[in-house]
Amino acid sequence: MADLRELYQEVILDHNKSPRNFGKLESPTHQAEGYNPLCGDHYWVYLTVTDGIISDIAFEGSGCAISKAAASLMTSLLKGKPVSEAEKLFERYRAMVTGQGGGDPSEMGRLVVFSEVKNYPTRIKCAVLPWHTLHAALSGEQTASTE
Amino acid sequence: MSPSTVEQGLQFPATGFDVYRTRQEFPILNQFVRGKPLIYLDNAATTQKPNTVLCGLNQFYGCCNSNIHRGVHFLSELATRHYEDARVNAQTFLNARFHREIIFVRGATEGINLVAYSYGRAFLKEGDEIIISAMEHHANIVPWQVVCEQTGASLRVVPINNDGEFLMEEYEKLLSDRTKIVSVVHISNALGTVNPVKEIIRRAHAVGAVALVDGAQSVAHVPVDVQDLDCDFFVFSGHKLFGPTGIGVLYGRESLLERMPPYQTGGDMILSVTFEKTVYNDLPYKFEAGTPNIGGTIALSPALDFVRSVDLRKVAPYEDALLKYATERLLEIPGLRIIGNAREKAAVISFVMDCAHPHDIGTILDSEGIAIRTGHHCAQPVMQRFGIPATARASFALYNTPEDVDALVKGLWKVVEVFG
Repeated sequence: MADLRELYQEVILDHNKSPRNFGKLESPTHQAEGYNPLCGDHYWVYLTVTDGIISDIAFEGSGCAISKAAASLMTSLLKGKPVSEAEKLFERYRAMVTGQGGGDPSEMGRLVVFSEVKNYPTRIKCAVLPWHTLHAALSGEQTASTE
Repeated sequence: MSPSTVEQGLQFPATGFDVYRTRQEFPILNQFVRGKPLIYLDNAATTQKPNTVLCGLNQFYGCCNSNIHRGVHFLSELATRHYEDARVNAQTFLNARFHREIIFVRGATEGINLVAYSYGRAFLKEGDEIIISAMEHHANIVPWQVVCEQTGASLRVVPINNDGEFLMEEYEKLLSDRTKIVSVVHISNALGTVNPVKEIIRRAHAVGAVALVDGAQSVAHVPVDVQDLDCDFFVFSGHKLFGPTGIGVLYGRESLLERMPPYQTGGDMILSVTFEKTVYNDLPYKFEAGTPNIGGTIALSPALDFVRSVDLRKVAPYEDALLKYATERLLEIPGLRIIGNAREKAAVISFVMDCAHPHDIGTILDSEGIAIRTGHHCAQPVMQRFGIPATARASFALYNTPEDVDALVKGLWKVVEVFG
């Protein structure tokens, strides 16, 4: 079980059980739906962006532990951050979980708990779905999908 | 945790079927994955292959690879003979009247597409109706939707109850003189339900409709006799019957196949071609355009022989006992709910757990060497019917043992340990 515990780290299990920023925003400036029809992961991400800053962010939906924890951690990290930083973090995070480098793990902050995902090819799409959804929302698209 | 089978000394019915001997025919089952002995419980997706099928493929490509039907040389004659022998074998397997009623296709999906496009487009018109059930695989939904769009016919769906059973009285209400095609699954891949297809076919015929049975999940579990069922079309995939991928069978009633236009056109399906006129070949070649999957077809034969040799009438009670045992053991797991509890059920268990999403269940079991399927199983309407995004599914074949069930249960306790 040693390997599994690296995938399902305590932080991930905790965010899965008690997701942060879970719910809907009253009047978001940006929102998008993310769906992976293959495994049924289905999320909505809501953002309020004021002067280029993510002043509020929330998500709702359902899915596996990896996707839910990814959404929860994403929202807790991005609240109060500039949009430009969110996009940069998405790129670094995606590189990390897809095993394409990702640079210095210390730059990833708490997202480093997802570094083991790269060793589980079928789970990569779970880890990136909330981020794709965020990206879609910020780009003004309605939906994101990972298959 | 309650004691395992072995500790309980659980007795399986003496059916004359020896699972441990049968396992020896399947070399893949002896391997380790992720450092653990492989427990293969994804048989509804595809089954493993016995030595005779592996040898069949090897022998064809190693000794008699050649194109069929047109060659005058030795190897071509040999390959043609083996290919046509496989057709006779499939005819015998399904108890079809004529070997020309056996059309080789890529699999059940292509078989249904062939009927939908060839029969559907030729004979359906606006106002006609096609009836399917709420437990169909996408392969028995989408081709009909497309044909409906093209012909103006409409699709009617027989609902299922909370146990996942076909509602015969609702079916009866949908039947009318508008019904032209009834297409139903024999055994549901997502729920395990065994449908009363003989009665479904009888009622379809009573209103003058033709009936297709999707036998993808049934041929490896129950003996099929198309004359006894009296179906007009029956499809199955070789790879779910211990045979190779990319080969399947469409059985069609001769009188219907004769009237149907070709599905694909090209070489082998013609008698003569001029730029003015083409004369189509006779059955079954009219429906087999181009060079077929010759190796796969020839290696399907030993798969059919294998099923015949183990005798499904002896295997069925064994699989029933395995299903009963697995169901009891799985229900020991707290928060586990089985989706699909039909009275007539094959050894397929779809389930969800309170503590973990199916995808996480699959990953944890995989780390224990246990292969199951997670997701919607190409039956999204079934998931919608039960209000769930996905299930975990353990599907058994005749080489699975009570010890496999014990390993699964042990794995599920790990899921509870991690997520509980």
